[in-house]
Amino acid sequence: MQNYASEDRYIKELDPKKHEIALSTEDLHVFYGTSEAIHGVSLPFERFKITALIGASGSGKSTYLRSLNRMNDNIEGTRVDGKIMYRDIDINGKGVNVYEMRKHIGMVFQRPNPFSKSIYDNITFAPKRNGIKNKKVLDELVETTLKQAALWDQVKDQLDQSALALSGGQQQRLCIARAIAMKPDILLLDEPASALDPISTSTVEDTLLSLKDHYTIIIVTHNMQQAGRISDYTAFFHLGNVLEYDITSNVFQRPKIQATEDYVSGRFG
Amino acid sequence: MNDEIKEKLLKKSRATRSEFRGRIISFVCTAIIVTVVVSIFYFVASKGLATFFSNKVNLWDFLSKTIWNPGSTDSHGSPQAGALPMIVGSFAVTILSAVIATPFAIATAVFMTEISPNKGYKILQPVTELLVGIPSVVYGFIGLSVVVPFVRHTFGGTGFGILAGTFVLFVMILPTVTSMSVDALRAVPRYYREASLALGATRWQTIYKVVLRSSAPGLATAVVFGMSRAFGEALAVQMVIGNAALLPHNLVSPASTLTSVLTMGMGNTVMGSAANNALWSLALLLLLMSLVFNLVINKIAKRGKF
Amino acid sequence: MDSKKWDKIATGVLYFIAGVMILILAFLLIFILWNGLPHVSWHFLTSPAKSFQSGGGIGIQLFNSFYLLILSMLISIPISIGAGIYLSEYAKKNWLTNLVRTSIDILSSLPSIVVGLFGFLVFSISAGLGFSILSGALALTVFNLPLLTRNVEESLRSISGSQREAGLALGLSKWETVLKIIIPEALPGIITGMILGAGRVFGEAAALIYTAGQSAPPLDFTNWNPFYIASPLNPLRPAETLAVHIWKINSEGIMPDASQVSAGASAVLIIAVLIFNFGARYVGNHIYRKMTGTK
Ligand SMILES: Nc1ncnc2c1ncn2[C@@H]1O[C@H](COP(=O)(O)OP(=O)(O)O)[C@@H](O)[C@H]1O
Ligand SMILES: [Mg+2]
Repeated sequence: MQNYASEDRYIKELDPKKHEIALSTEDLHVFYGTSEAIHGVSLPFERFKITALIGASGSGKSTYLRSLNRMNDNIEGTRVDGKIMYRDIDINGKGVNVYEMRKHIGMVFQRPNPFSKSIYDNITFAPKRNGIKNKKVLDELVETTLKQAALWDQVKDQLDQSALALSGGQQQRLCIARAIAMKPDILLLDEPASALDPISTSTVEDTLLSLKDHYTIIIVTHNMQQAGRISDYTAFFHLGNVLEYDITSNVFQRPKIQATEDYVSGRFG
Repeated sequence: MNDEIKEKLLKKSRATRSEFRGRIISFVCTAIIVTVVVSIFYFVASKGLATFFSNKVNLWDFLSKTIWNPGSTDSHGSPQAGALPMIVGSFAVTILSAVIATPFAIATAVFMTEISPNKGYKILQPVTELLVGIPSVVYGFIGLSVVVPFVRHTFGGTGFGILAGTFVLFVMILPTVTSMSVDALRAVPRYYREASLALGATRWQTIYKVVLRSSAPGLATAVVFGMSRAFGEALAVQMVIGNAALLPHNLVSPASTLTSVLTMGMGNTVMGSAANNALWSLALLLLLMSLVFNLVINKIAKRGKF
Repeated sequence: MDSKKWDKIATGVLYFIAGVMILILAFLLIFILWNGLPHVSWHFLTSPAKSFQSGGGIGIQLFNSFYLLILSMLISIPISIGAGIYLSEYAKKNWLTNLVRTSIDILSSLPSIVVGLFGFLVFSISAGLGFSILSGALALTVFNLPLLTRNVEESLRSISGSQREAGLALGLSKWETVLKIIIPEALPGIITGMILGAGRVFGEAAALIYTAGQSAPPLDFTNWNPFYIASPLNPLRPAETLAVHIWKINSEGIMPDASQVSAGASAVLIIAVLIFNFGARYVGNHIYRKMTGTK
């Protein structure tokens, strides 16, 4: 397996006194069967900031992101070693209520995946299952989340229509609204704009920037302009390792690692 | 606030409980099915083996003797349970009907996939589905009122017998074999055909040498599946075969199959008697044959994956 | 030249054989409907059968068929959904799953007479249910379970995994996700399969002759208390169905108008099967369109 000596990487330390850490991993390894896809990644994620995960296709960004809320549990033969610290708990440990944890660490996927239900039901489905029955509260929830996701104006008159009739960009924003309706702490997004056209992409980006005040966001993207535009921190993934982690401007303008420079200047990947 | 969330993260919740319940419910449902299958084997075997262990019928005699009269005993004092007539009857109708149905079914499937894949397929697809759906007693009734008189007039005899059974089973398995053959032919990748045509082969050469050959395992599965259906069919066959537990001398003399004897006999014997046990032995044989067909199908299917 | 002629002949032969297939169906349908429909009247559909004289109907048998159908579907639908969920959502790749799949394969290929005899032995005799609706419904359940289960499993599998991830990522349990999101989406396929299964059950006779029995005692349609002996709802009474009736009167030969009654009953059976077949397609498509909002 590929291993890098410590001088080959640069992982910025975040001083816990100055930066509030919402989530962090310690020496995280992920295995698909016997093949190791993530080789020990340790990263902090600061609260109310956007952290971008960049790197070539197949470098392990999705695998890493999906282990943060243990979505990989559902793939047979997957094993995740190491710690994922959230509120002083190792949520990768035994005895953690995964379902409860996922309410606080929500996720938006690469392909929009709204339920084939109405727009209204898409958002209220999970809150209802969690005991919110009051119609007024639910109505309000739908309105605020759709506004936060910049979708309210377009769909407010068709809330009872099927979500599948929306355009791809609208569906993705509905998925974001659906995720934040659970009032999570942390929002994980896996290339949320990769299946969208440029206009929808920029709407989604605006949505994310406006969400930053209330959510800690971790976003996978292979679009470097996008990472540069919206993120505060960037982690560069290469063959299952993080080679560089720093504030975004440093990663793009003054990378400390050769491989990072090659990648961000487009020489490979 | 913070501590409350932390606590919840370490405690069971509604979702945990629902997941636990769901796992149990779905597992129990599955276990019910497996239990049913296991108990079918257990009960049928324990009854069917009694003929050999309690009533001391020799297994070889059971399979090779031709006198079926398990209510009375032979000179050695064991019941006269010679099942050969029924075994021959079952295999005869199964093999004959499969022999006639196979070319028909494959030809129709070729028609549906290679010759007229749009219009022909659209018409024949629902036709086969409807034919599959017709209940077997209806086939039996038509056999009784059309096939038996037809056989009687054309070939003589009473009309009841292997031939009438074959005709009825032919019509019954034809749609099943056809629709499975269609699936097999459709599974042949399109580029096989294109490559063959590009190499200058004619349409018929392509169908024969490429399409049929590469789908041979699937076609064989279809035929064996049809045979297993024919072998296990009870009422339709029983209605036209004549129900005489005699070794058939020709195709138009009354005969019987494992299923027909079971259908007729089970109600007329006393549970636990030698005559009744002998019937269960026939049922066991039927069960084992269906297992054999299943095994053959699995063997062929394993070989023929694209 | 020669190969062209060959092509023509071969194509012609295939057209001919395909035509034969259609003719067979047409013949069967026309024969049954032509001979049967003239006997089908309101009187025929509602009055009880007669043994040694002509003019009997199929009223009780028809009622029995529907009652058995409903009862067996009530038992088999929940079990097949549970097992289908297990196989599509929970089953790991191991020996246990292999055992389950093999069992279902074997069960689906068992001759229905064997299922009927098993039901006779276990439900009618060992469990003491005798020849009864309940015993018959259980036998039909055994007969129907493997196909229904496979249909549920396949329908669930056809729903994209991203829908499951969407539910899980919201903190729902897998079970809730399957029950409330995946099953509703798979409903068109599941329902189509259930209706087709119902059609199969409706025409089944071999599994019933030794479980539900071959007699149809008179029913008192004014008393629906299931514990009353002649109540139509009494699950412990013997209940000859329509399909069993057709077999019975043809093999006994004591009914003077057996062939007319059979033709009429077959016509009713065929029409029911046709309704089930087209109904399955129609309902499936209808739900699908309704759900996806397409026209
Ligand atoms: N379900 C899986 N099973 C086996 N290997 C996988 C699976 N998913 C991803 N991988 C492998 O893990 C590596 C990382 O993949 P991924 O995390 O999807 O990369 P990225 O998101 O950066 O493109 C790749 O080599 C990929 O082939
Ligand atoms: Mg990815």
